[in-house]
Parts: sequence; C-alpha cells; structure tokens
Amino acid sequence: MPFDASRFRTRTGVLLITGLLFLLLLPPVSSVMNESYLVSFFSRILIYALAAVSLDLIIGYGGMVSLGHAAFFGIGAYGVGFLTFHFQESTLFIFGFEGTDNALISWPFAIVFSAALAAIIGALSLRTSGIYFIMITLAFSQMFYYLFVSLEAYGGDDGLSLWSRNRLGPLDISNDTVFYYVCLVSLLVFLFISWRLVHSRFGRVVRGTRENELRMQTLGYATYRYKLVCFTIAGAGAGLAGALLANQNEFVSPGLMHWTHSGEILVMVLLGGMGTLFGPVLGAMAFLLMEEVLAAWTEHWMVFLGPFLIIVVLFAKKGLYGLLTGERHE
Amino acid sequence: MNDYVLQVSQLQKSFGAVKATNNLSLEIERGQVHALIGPNGAGKTTLIKQLCGELIPDSGTILFNNKNITAFPMPKRALLGMGRSFQVTSVFQQLTVKENIALAVQAHHGHSFHFWKPASKEETLEQATMQAMQRCGLLARADTIASSLSHGEMRQLDVGMALAGKPELLLLDEPMAGMGSGGSLKMTELIQELKGNTSVLLIEHDMQAVFSLADRITVLVYGEAIATGTAEEIQNNPQVQRAYLGDEQDNA
Repeated sequence: MPFDASRFRTRTGVLLITGLLFLLLLPPVSSVMNESYLVSFFSRILIYALAAVSLDLIIGYGGMVSLGHAAFFGIGAYGVGFLTFHFQESTLFIFGFEGTDNALISWPFAIVFSAALAAIIGALSLRTSGIYFIMITLAFSQMFYYLFVSLEAYGGDDGLSLWSRNRLGPLDISNDTVFYYVCLVSLLVFLFISWRLVHSRFGRVVRGTRENELRMQTLGYATYRYKLVCFTIAGAGAGLAGALLANQNEFVSPGLMHWTHSGEILVMVLLGGMGTLFGPVLGAMAFLLMEEVLAAWTEHWMVFLGPFLIIVVLFAKKGLYGLLTGERHE
Repeated sequence: MNDYVLQVSQLQKSFGAVKATNNLSLEIERGQVHALIGPNGAGKTTLIKQLCGELIPDSGTILFNNKNITAFPMPKRALLGMGRSFQVTSVFQQLTVKENIALAVQAHHGHSFHFWKPASKEETLEQATMQAMQRCGLLARADTIASSLSHGEMRQLDVGMALAGKPELLLLDEPMAGMGSGGSLKMTELIQELKGNTSVLLIEHDMQAVFSLADRITVLVYGEAIATGTAEEIQNNPQVQRAYLGDEQDNA
C-alpha cells in the first residue's frame, strides 16, 4: 500500500487542532450553556488523560504491559494528601518536615515520590517480562493498596479528606475554571515532553526494545536501563495526575491504587490507541463519557463498555485515534 | 606469531544429556573469513550464541582481542566490536529501514540517554546511517517499513545492521538462507569486500559460497570440531567426507 504522507499529516493535524480548540473553549461555552458541571467533569477527564498518556509511554512505546500503574497515580495523590493533612493538623510529617498547602512544593513532592517508587518497583519487575511482568506489577500495586488501607493515621480504608485545594501561586484553583486550565496545561506540557521523548535517541531505543529486545542487546544496548528510565518517567507522569486528582476531589483513598483502577487506565489506552500519545486522551474521554452517560441509566454500564472495547480493539488497530486519523504506523 | 581476533578454547555446553558444544577450540585470524560448516544440529548456532553472549558456556574460555569475554553480557561484547546477524531474520519489523540501521549506528555513538533532541536531527548519526544503508544496498528503501521488505532485502538489512556498528568480528549465521542466486551473489560480494578489514565467522550451507569465500573452514559434527583447514584440505579430508560431505551425497 502506498504511504501518503501528506494526507496523514493533514488529518492528524485537523484532529489535534480541533481537539485543542474544543478543550480551550469548553469552560466559556459551558458557562454560556449554564452547564458549569461540565468544567469539573472535564477536569477529571484531563487528569485521567494524563495518567493514560503516561501509561502509553510504557505500554505503547516500551512494550511493558503494566497492570500496576494506578499505584503511582495513588502515590501521587497521597503525596499531596500527606502534606495537606499535616498542614491542616499543624503536625510534623516525616524527618521533621512540616505539611504544606503550597502546590509548588506538594506537587513536585508527589511527582518525585511516585517516580522514586516507580524506579524501585521497576528495578525489580523489569527483571521479568511478558505475563510475569503483568503479574508482578499487579502484585506490587495491590501491596501498596493494602499498605494504605492499613495506615490508620491517614484514615486507612476511609481515605483522607482535604479541607480545600492547594495554593498555586497567584492562581485560585479552588475556582473550577482556573483548576480546569491548570489541568489542561499540565496535560499539554506532559504531552509535549512525551512527544519529544519518543522521537529522541532515547525514544528510538525504547521502541526498538519493544520490537526486539534480543536484537537490541546484540547491537550493544543494555536494554534494562532504558526500560527502567522509561518506567520511571511514566511513574512521574502518573504522580502528577494523582496530585491533580487529589485537588480535584479534595479527597484521597486507597481505592485509587486498586488493580481494577489500573485496569481502567489500561482500557483508556487501548480504546484510544496504544503507541499514539494523543490516542489515550481520546480514550480517557470516551471511557469517562460512557461511564457518565450510561451509569446514570444503569449501574451495569460495563455491559456496554465491554463489547465496545472489543469492537474497537478488533477493528481499529490504533484505537479511536487510528480510526479518526487513518494512521496505521507511528 | 599469529594475530588472532578470536580464540575459543575447550568450550563445553550441554542441554541435559545433549552435548551441543563438545570440547571445542577454534581460532580466527584477523581479517580472515572463517567458515563453520556441519550437518544440521551440529551446534553451529549454539556456538554463535555463546560467542555473542546469548548463552553462557558451561566451561571453557573465549578470548576476543586477547581479552577474556567468557562472562561478558551481550551488549558489552557488541560494544567491544562483535557484530551478529541472525539465522532467522531478526529486524525491527514495525520500524523503517532507516530507523533499523540508525539504531545499529546509534549503539556505537555513546549512550542514548538523550531525551530531548529529535534523533533524526543528529547530524553525525544521520551521516553514518546513510553510509551504512548505502553499504548494504538499501538506500533506496530507506523509508520502507521493514515488514514490507522482500525476504532477500530483509536478509540484507539483517547483515547491514550487524555491519553498521563497524565490528571487528562479524558473526554471520546463514546470511544466504532462502535467497535466490542473485541475492547469494550479492551477499558473497559483500563478504568478499570485508576481507582484510573485518574478520568473519560464517555459517553457511551454500558450499559454493563457502569454498569461494573462506580462508579457513572448521567442520563441526555433534558439537565437536573434527577438522580445520583450507578449502582444499577440508575437501580432501577423509573424515570430513565420511561425516559430512558423504552424507550429503547419499541423500542426493
């Protein structure tokens, strides 16, 4: 089949620009329509999109199918949760540090916390591959789930309520519209970083490793290191998503780390299209919209999600993104 | 004194009761093409796997440029100058020809923890990649996805990737397998050009190619080297005729 590069660029460009305009204009339009609820709903979509894009880095580009990604999401949320909790109680966090409600401290803390944990879990899990890797990442995330369930000081099973959202410089993120744009900028920045990443030398190595790890090693690449760095970067992205979600909900709970939550993020990536970066944004949108619309109608809404997912995966190789852009290759 | 690029001594490797490599010793002189022949199941590919580090031998030593690399992991051997092509074509199917070659080139241009700059904008990599594609005759196919190449072109790409790292020793596992006569001829020319600069360990069933290319030949039977010598010596060796060439005539 001849490869028509110009058509492929135009369709992709139109999709991306339309998507961006839609997201930029959503708050003013929804306020005109008197549907302000949409703004906070779409903040949630943006946050999940961020988590799904980070998972796409390891699944779609790195070929590492992880069922434990929600652990880093949850850890990021708790990173913010811990600091805010100690700020509210005016007590000390570990090592004599005080809590804070300053996002410029607590969000980077959440990102580093998640990345560090991803580095440790990755270092152990990446010694395996295939089905063993899936199982071991799942096991780790369950371990963290039960650890946080047992942390009575931080609410255990019931989770932690935050009194308010963090302070972010001059921005008042307790305002839903401001918070929405903060989420949008976070997603766009992470997408841009990921875009540069997958097209860099590093990204090329990661994609090569997904295709054929043995060949990569005979070419001279110590593939383990590259996979580990990729896994850690993805963990950092999920950590940022977690920090945002903690602010969105003003609540964190161990349920965020449950393996079914990892499964939901994985479904978003599959729906949107693995290895496409922008696809998972579509996937998150489709998943949460279906949940929102169908769950109002029946609690068994997954009965509809299941067949839909199967149809998309069977008939659209690159998911919804592939359907809309007509792209077949990266 | 001879200048050896590779010295293998008393290599042993067993899988259960099967001795895949049995007390095998072998030397390859710098710049020569050394062919490894033997019936199917003689342990030729098993030997290559041990040389490049995919398998670790039970005992014995492997010296590469007089350095003991017996316990080195694969990537380290590759960076020391050992290139390998695969018996069953092993390329990056979903990447373009250019990206395949670029990955091979990039491995030898420092570490790849460069996260920001687009790889396609790195001039030194680009130039080396172009040269390597030219060398294996795939320049015109640069933007083709590897999975849509013909079988012969894939073999060329496989060998091209091994060559792109400018190895001192090239391990070629049946590079002409499944190629038409035109392809075989091209591959023979390519290997001929390497002579003098790059040492080659060549596994090949195409005897015409082996006899025309090889400076020395080692015959492997049941993991054991039963003879080593020039093409003429091997052809006239009664033990070899019985074990290997004789068999083939019987079958024909």
